[in-house]
Amino acid sequence: MSDIITTPKISLLAPVPPPATVAAAAAAAPTEKPLIETEKLSLYYGQAKALKEISIKIQEKLVTAFIGPSGCGKSTLLRCFNRMNDLIDGVRIEGAIRIAGHDINSREVDVIELRKRVGMVFQRSNPFPKSIFENIAYALRLQGIKSRSEMEGTVESSLRGAALWDEVKDRLHASALGLSGGQQQRLCIARAIAIRPEIILMDEPASALDPIATAKVEELILDLKKDFSIVIVTHNMQQAARISDYTAFFYIGELIEYDRTARIFTNPAQKQTEDYVTGRFG
Amino acid sequence: MKADSQRSFQTGRFDYGSFFFTGVTGLATYLILATLAVILINVLVNGWSGLSLHFITAGTENGMFNVDKAGVLPMIIGTSARVLLMTIFVIPVGVTTAIYLTEYAHSSSIFTRIIRGAVNNLAGVPSIVFGLFGVGFFINFIGHRVMDPMLHPNNPELIVWGKPAIIWASLTLAVMTLPVVIVATEESLKAIPQGLREASLALGATKLQTIIKIVLPQALPGIMTGGILAVSRAAGEVAPILFTGAAYYMASLPHSLTDQFMDLGYHIYVLSTQSSNVDKTAPILYATVVVLLLLTFTLNLVAIFVRAQMRKKLRALN
Amino acid sequence: MANKEVGSKRSVGWMGLQRGHHAHPLEWIVEKGIFAVSLSAIVMIFLIFLFVAREALPIFFGQLNSAKVQKVMSVAEMEKLGPAELQAYLGLTPEQYASMDTETKRLLMEVKLEEFKESSQDKDATLNTTSWRNMILPHQWSGYSKPEYIWQPVSEIQKYNIIPLLIGSLKATLVALLFAVPLALGAAIYVSQLANARAREWLKPTIELLAGIPSVVLGFFALIVMASVLQSVFGYQSRLNAFVAGIALGLAIIPVVFSIAEDALTSVPRSYTQAALALGSSKWQAAWKIVLPAAIPGVFAAVVLGFGRAIGETMVVLMASGNASIVSWNIFDSTRTMTATIAAEMAEAVVGGHHYRILFMLGALLFVVTFVSNLVGDLVIHRLKHKLEGKR
Repeated sequence: MSDIITTPKISLLAPVPPPATVAAAAAAAPTEKPLIETEKLSLYYGQAKALKEISIKIQEKLVTAFIGPSGCGKSTLLRCFNRMNDLIDGVRIEGAIRIAGHDINSREVDVIELRKRVGMVFQRSNPFPKSIFENIAYALRLQGIKSRSEMEGTVESSLRGAALWDEVKDRLHASALGLSGGQQQRLCIARAIAIRPEIILMDEPASALDPIATAKVEELILDLKKDFSIVIVTHNMQQAARISDYTAFFYIGELIEYDRTARIFTNPAQKQTEDYVTGRFG
Repeated sequence: MKADSQRSFQTGRFDYGSFFFTGVTGLATYLILATLAVILINVLVNGWSGLSLHFITAGTENGMFNVDKAGVLPMIIGTSARVLLMTIFVIPVGVTTAIYLTEYAHSSSIFTRIIRGAVNNLAGVPSIVFGLFGVGFFINFIGHRVMDPMLHPNNPELIVWGKPAIIWASLTLAVMTLPVVIVATEESLKAIPQGLREASLALGATKLQTIIKIVLPQALPGIMTGGILAVSRAAGEVAPILFTGAAYYMASLPHSLTDQFMDLGYHIYVLSTQSSNVDKTAPILYATVVVLLLLTFTLNLVAIFVRAQMRKKLRALN
Repeated sequence: MANKEVGSKRSVGWMGLQRGHHAHPLEWIVEKGIFAVSLSAIVMIFLIFLFVAREALPIFFGQLNSAKVQKVMSVAEMEKLGPAELQAYLGLTPEQYASMDTETKRLLMEVKLEEFKESSQDKDATLNTTSWRNMILPHQWSGYSKPEYIWQPVSEIQKYNIIPLLIGSLKATLVALLFAVPLALGAAIYVSQLANARAREWLKPTIELLAGIPSVVLGFFALIVMASVLQSVFGYQSRLNAFVAGIALGLAIIPVVFSIAEDALTSVPRSYTQAALALGSSKWQAAWKIVLPAAIPGVFAAVVLGFGRAIGETMVVLMASGNASIVSWNIFDSTRTMTATIAAEMAEAVVGGHHYRILFMLGALLFVVTFVSNLVGDLVIHRLKHKLEGKR
């Protein structure tokens, strides 16, 4: 497989126990050392309360899916993790978000550094109107990488990592806007992994794609899981069932249920969750 | 009552309403176009013969109203110089202000809304009022009260800056066209999908890096269109420079920022109102008009072309 | 910035996170620069009205006195006056006043007294022509049979009645609107509703090309060509008048009115028209009975903005209106507008003098009138767009 996936990754975090066993023991709230942890997190748009006292613990090197009907706050919560909500006027946050133990809303946190560690893939693919190569090179230059050879190597390994290399290797310097929707989205994923974040946040990454492109992206996500911790927002329940290890169900700004994916879809504890996953509303 | 089978979709009646309505509105449209054509054709037919190499390379040393010898080179240079100076002031300031308003200022705050309203309304303030502003602010305040006493305090009689000059005319025009540049830049900045900014920020770029590397290159055609429109508007304006810098006659070209200058538009005004024999001087008057129209229309066409290219590009983006 | 230690970053994990974000010094400077430049541009925008109005301030507060002859005082009365009053009475600047000793001032008082005795006993000479009363109401000038509105800033007794100029401006603007609005509106309806797509593509930019003609060229055309043609058609007396100027002014505002009206008509959702067509009305009925009523605020805004543009236009009226400041509502009389007055007289007005200040007052007046009309127009358009989009 690609370089990325074979490169050993060293982290100061405590080694994570095999997820299945831990999760099985901890049931609804996976504990031990969570990678992302929120504590009574509330978010307001002006007066409106969009998130209501959410406490959730997300584990490392797993795929965690956020599901729920539109407007339930799942995307808003995702955007809290790399502080993209900072860009919106009038957003106020109460409670704490800790990533690897650091309170990311504290004054000391370097938000630029945070976003380099917590990558993001958006709902609408948003490649820069530059060449395929430049799209990734832009991300690398932000990291201070200037040497051409290092840059070319990383561009290739990231494109391989995003399963796009074979399709675009002959036209690296063509405009990224000439790619198909699915290719564009994979380019965005390649761009996100190029700077080797610890976490990748995905905001409905396949919602604008056709079924074949969606399948490719899902395959890619399962592949990336080996190296990255992934949090994905989706409104497609089959998708959540296929790719995620844990699933959180949100409804009108509240976290209704959070458990192993298999449990959420087969034997949910809450009536609301059951109604949603069986398609009774949403 | 006719049976259904006999109902016809064809009508024998002539639709007078439609004929009248389409006729009247169409007539209005083509009347406007005809007037435009009449003006342009009249100017071109009467002005083309007067347009010669000599005319655009000669000055007015042999008399402004001398049909055979007078030329417009000093006016072409004067107009170009004041427009160029204006561009140097207005583009950086206008673009920077637009960047601040769209990228930094809180768009929902009352303060920003007031500024935006003021900018929009400024575009409709009469150009003669800008001329007054130029006199009151640049010449009498900045030039006469501030710069002259500061630069040569020992010689209070000497007036260098406190009088009409090309720099004041250019600054006055810059203030006048500021809204054009701000609005055009803001529009092109707003047309850039928010997703591009988010993509850059999510990769760990700072706001400024995002603006310089991602946003501005995209907005460039729009900014250029705004700049060209500002230039073409300013090139033909006469009212704001009447008493801030334009000269009726000057023996030499402007050498410094504090010199006055001769101007194409003002020259048209002079030739059409101050000539003792309008019929006799008509050829040079018409030729001057052709030169000014060529200048402004070329600029407008370039702006339209750039804008069309930009729209095409944007359509491809979305 | 973290750029330097990229190589080691991967082994650092989350360590680098908690050291706060310190912007690169260059970035910090650039961002402060952006703010400073924008702030000064914005301040400049607000300064415009301030500096135009500032020059006219003494008029608004009635602090000027243009009377040639004032109430005279005997030399003995000098002691009763305060320094400021005395300075004003003697017509001195503060510097001059400060540099004079009492004896010089006494001498000046005597000169003033002499002047008064020698000056003509014209009762107009005692009049302050810069007072609001004399700028707006008619006055019985000596030598005239009845009270008159007179603008005559260059004469023995300067007369500053602004009524002739107001009437002149309104007259030319009215003619311009009467000429331009029906044409521009008709064209807007035709282009937005009736013309086919291909015709629309070239009609709109071509009409807007009219906006690219500088107003001095329109003024030239009105003066050299239109004035003679219109005179031979209508056969009126004075060659240059409000009618000629108004028509040329109309040409200047047609693109403005057309653009805004066309925009408003186009912003009416297509579904309105389609609904009407589906009910069996014809294209023109849909345009006239459905689209136009829906866009009527936009049409109103177009007229208001056209008015603002017309009343502020300078070169056209300066060249084509004849510039006689007479009070007459006859559009075929020569006329003088506020803008043309400023343009023609500013150069010869003494800086800081009465004439200068009154011209600035006219400028401030124009500013307010156009600003308000722009504001009204913009608000109406904004509301209309909001409404049409909200209903969609």
